Amino acid sequence: MANIMIQRGSKGEYVFYLPKRDLEDGIVSMEFDTPEKWGGEIKLNNGGCYYIEPQPAPARLPISLRAKRLDAAE
Amino acid sequence: MSALTREESEALIQEVLEVYPEKAKKDRAKHLAVNDKSIEQSKKCITSNRKSLPGVMTIRGCAYAGSKGVVWGPIKDMIHISHGPVGCGQYSRAGRRNYYVGTTGVNTFGTMNFTSDFQEKDIVFGGDKKLAKVMVEIEGLFPLNKGISIQSECPIGLIGDDIEAVAKKTAVETGKPVVPVRCEGFRGVSQSLGHHIANDAIRDWVLPRREGKAFEGTPYDVAVIGDYNIGGDAWSSRILLEEMGLRVVAQWSGDGTIAEMEKTPYVKVNLIHCYRSMNYIARHMEEKYNIPWMEYNFFGPTKVAESLRAIAALFDDKIKEGAERVIAKYQPLMQAVIDKYKPRLQGKRVMLYVGGLRPRHVIGAYEDLGMEVVGTGYEFGHGDDYDRTIKDMGNATLLYDDVTGFEFEEFVKRVKPDLVGSGIKEKFIFQKMGVPFRQMHSWDYSGPYHGYDGFAIFARDMDMTLNNPCWGKMQAPWLKKAEPEEAKKAA
Repeated sequence: MANIMIQRGSKGEYVFYLPKRDLEDGIVSMEFDTPEKWGGEIKLNNGGCYYIEPQPAPARLPISLRAKRLDAAE
Repeated sequence: MSALTREESEALIQEVLEVYPEKAKKDRAKHLAVNDKSIEQSKKCITSNRKSLPGVMTIRGCAYAGSKGVVWGPIKDMIHISHGPVGCGQYSRAGRRNYYVGTTGVNTFGTMNFTSDFQEKDIVFGGDKKLAKVMVEIEGLFPLNKGISIQSECPIGLIGDDIEAVAKKTAVETGKPVVPVRCEGFRGVSQSLGHHIANDAIRDWVLPRREGKAFEGTPYDVAVIGDYNIGGDAWSSRILLEEMGLRVVAQWSGDGTIAEMEKTPYVKVNLIHCYRSMNYIARHMEEKYNIPWMEYNFFGPTKVAESLRAIAALFDDKIKEGAERVIAKYQPLMQAVIDKYKPRLQGKRVMLYVGGLRPRHVIGAYEDLGMEVVGTGYEFGHGDDYDRTIKDMGNATLLYDDVTGFEFEEFVKRVKPDLVGSGIKEKFIFQKMGVPFRQMHSWDYSGPYHGYDGFAIFARDMDMTLNNPCWGKMQAPWLKKAEPEEAKKAA
């Protein structure tokens, strides 16, 4: 489990930030992206894949979360 | 000499790597690259923020340097105790030239060194008692201090002292903030982790102190973050922001005070100059207090104008007009500077190797003077720094991460830049090689270089160094070839 931060990029897309690895990357896809259910498997631009517990969509971004690494790039 | 082509640059890197043993060669190869503007992500071409190889001459610092020297040190009305043996604090004392206003030793303490001066018995029996005693003495001798930070040196972490407990106890006794910072030098690969630890300490111990208290704000409140006022940099930046109608609530941390930092959660925008050392706290404030942040660049008139407009775009028309007014006011002054120095500096080539933001931020200032940056690198940059750098650098220029002494010398010998910009450790090597050199950490005891006023000084300093007559006197007179007879007769 790693602490991550999800924020909005300049074009309104989700951006993933992992401070420990200094990894900042765009999110290509998020499994659930509705107001009631949000999260699940997220795929990054660099090919990495993380999992955040599905939850109601946060009121505002950025938000710090715990994420599980499913498949890291490199 | 014209610039190297891509093939030549690549061949040069290979040639430099040739001297290393197989394993070291493989490792170093990842840190050297030829710039390609088309690459989106830097990690495809360069690796950064990795442990330096044992045995090479690295130019990096430690976590203590990042915390005490960079982030905490410039906060002028706090006393920063270098907790541990005396050397770490004494040899870095006042070396960074963070200017401040105040009476040193009375209400400001920036250039003083406070240390708990560990001895053998403190290592054996623990130094907590001594630390508590030091803080009592400080309260007696310097009653106008506004707080204390405890900057740990290596032994504190090794012997496992509980500085947090001492800090909490003393804070209750004195009623002032006492901040323990776990920035032992052995943490991390460079000073970069020290910045992060220092940011985390500010987040946990400083920012919550004024939560819920009244603050008389305006819609134009901003904080200048990551400007350490080296040679007065923050002052020459601040006047521009104030002139365009903004109110600068806090300076982090050059000429800054703890009260300013506590008030930062009330500002409207955080303006980040040194992204590397302060982005952590900006991200935290964005999440917790909903304060947007943006990076700006105050080196050279082109970038200053660009940044002023970008900052103004976040505010209403009054500020936008203010920005245009400031730009229009300084434009003729800057044109005069460029007219004076550009003919003397046009076409000169520069190689840089500095720390957090300058390897990419000063490129614009050099370009304003008609100079070209042909190589750049970070001591402790991360991937996101290189992402930003690739766009600013020309194609086929050299990028070097955590460059070793040997590599840097070889690059300079082959690329033959007209100017090298780096730190004091590199200065005399290159000057003895006959290459003009400017210190780009401390501005060679000059400055400020930020803002419009700073650019005039920057241009003068570059001219003074590059066109100094001493560079024509590198050969002893008796070693010079005799002038041909005809030439003498003609004269």
